[in-house]
Amino acid sequence: MFTRHERLKNSYDVVIIGAGGHGLAAAYYLARDHGISNVAVLDQGYIGGGNTGRNTTIIRSNYLTPEGVKFYDESVRLWQDLSQDFDLNLFYSTRGHFTLAHTDSAMRTMRWRAEVNKHFGVQSEAIDAKAVAEAVPMMDLNCGGHSPPVLGALYHAPGAIARHDTVAWGYGRGADRRGVEIHQNTQVLGIELEDRGSGPAVVGVRTNRGRIATRKLLCAVAGSTPGVLAMVGLRSPIYVHPLQAMVSEPLKPWLDPIIVSGSLHVYISQSARGELVMGASLDPYELHSTRSTLDFAESLSAHMLELFPFLSDVRIVRQWAGMADMTPDFSPIMGKTPVSGFYLDSGWGTWGFKATPVCGKTMSHTVARDENHVLIRGFAFDRFARYALTGEKGAASVGH
Amino acid sequence: MKILTCPINGPRPMSEFAYGGELREMPDPASATDAEWTDYVFNRNSVPGIKCEWWCHTSSGVWFVAERDTVSDIVLRTFLHVKSVGGGA
Ligand SMILES: Cc1cc2nc3c(=O)[nH]c(=O)nc-3n(C[C@H](O)[C@H](O)[C@H](O)COP(=O)(O)OP(=O)(O)OC[C@H]3O[C@@H](n4cnc5c(N)ncnc54)[C@H](O)[C@@H]3O)c2cc1C
Repeated sequence: MFTRHERLKNSYDVVIIGAGGHGLAAAYYLARDHGISNVAVLDQGYIGGGNTGRNTTIIRSNYLTPEGVKFYDESVRLWQDLSQDFDLNLFYSTRGHFTLAHTDSAMRTMRWRAEVNKHFGVQSEAIDAKAVAEAVPMMDLNCGGHSPPVLGALYHAPGAIARHDTVAWGYGRGADRRGVEIHQNTQVLGIELEDRGSGPAVVGVRTNRGRIATRKLLCAVAGSTPGVLAMVGLRSPIYVHPLQAMVSEPLKPWLDPIIVSGSLHVYISQSARGELVMGASLDPYELHSTRSTLDFAESLSAHMLELFPFLSDVRIVRQWAGMADMTPDFSPIMGKTPVSGFYLDSGWGTWGFKATPVCGKTMSHTVARDENHVLIRGFAFDRFARYALTGEKGAASVGH
Repeated sequence: MKILTCPINGPRPMSEFAYGGELREMPDPASATDAEWTDYVFNRNSVPGIKCEWWCHTSSGVWFVAERDTVSDIVLRTFLHVKSVGGGA
């Protein structure tokens, strides 16, 4: 599927760190839309082995801030014809997405989100408990009496899932065919900067396979971002906690939509293979590792049974974790940085899979023109210093 | 279940504790520059390594410091924060 390159070249026009969906999408659009194909994508592991291959693949655009809604809506639009673009089936499946509300204040947030969404032409509706019951008849709206009952939900018809690995492969193959080099098992160990009086600028990258000269470097390394930022002497508000997920044995199809409950800290969908794909909120403390815990499986299962008690004898077959690069406002950190030629696509925490296409589009533009794309201006690196946060927590904390 | 040792109550299950973030010096608000203050408010040292962190034993309300490796998740030691015992910073 990909060309193997024995050697790194001495220099490239653009070097991208991270062969996850984001890095590969940026490479794809750099080659396809901007005519820049002298590009190397480096990964310390393998293609899609980071959070791209670990996520629960929820795609939606029902966010809270205008910046977020416009950005994710553009991504949902880009997803629609990607399978044709790649000539590869992404199993993109539009299911509808319900964010359950168990309290009046949650209901208020749902109405707020619905109004912001509709304002930008995104299909979202606040619905009552009766409408939830009609759409998902197997759900116990009373949560077995253990938790506050479901009062209603935010219903988002475009909510979808897709096959995660294929997204990385599709972008990777498309970039490869256009001349981009993808180097796996290639770890970036250091970044060389030069200051000719106008501040630091990127001139090269040190890897375990040798040095490369480049003046443009895109960092798309999710949970490894703080370490790479340290290589260029930058600090950021990013903090890293693991996010875990698990799947059940395959069942006959019974759950069409995607269900999220912020109060119960659970979300669930059923994959094309029949497995229930389930997740919860972030692990409670900083950790740079992808270990998983029994605590997680236990508490997630307990909450899942409050909504779907008939799952009690269904077996869990796999459990795993990824390192989430979190931000204080639950929005990403994207674009140019104080180091010239160093571009960042980060702060994707628990919600960046859906944004893979639009990140590729906007970051390729940003790198090619050395100017932040208009859609990412609300996500700029310097927004914290300006105290101008883009607060997305109400739409991103449990429902990834 | 992972066990953490509270300096007052001894070894307890992790579920009894809350994480309070890395131990950091607050710059003097009266003399800090805007850049120093912003750095303190928002930026974090999220590079993997051995760090001193605040933890709270929630059942008894004891705040203490744990020295922990954020890669292996091994806790090297836990101790009471001396300054906080004296009621200072
Ligand atoms: C359990 C879980 C569930 C999630 N669920 C959802 C969801 O339902 N919906 C959603 O939208 N998002 C979700 N996310 C978030 C989403 O997975 C990520 O935001 C997204 O996949 C990030 O993609 P990426 O390409 O930026 O990073 P990654 O796929 O993590 O790729 C980064 C790559 O960088 C490489 N790398 C790191 N350091 C170096 C170095 N020094 N040198 C070379 N290479 C390096 C790594 O090996 C890795 O392959 C979830 C995340 C997790 C962990």
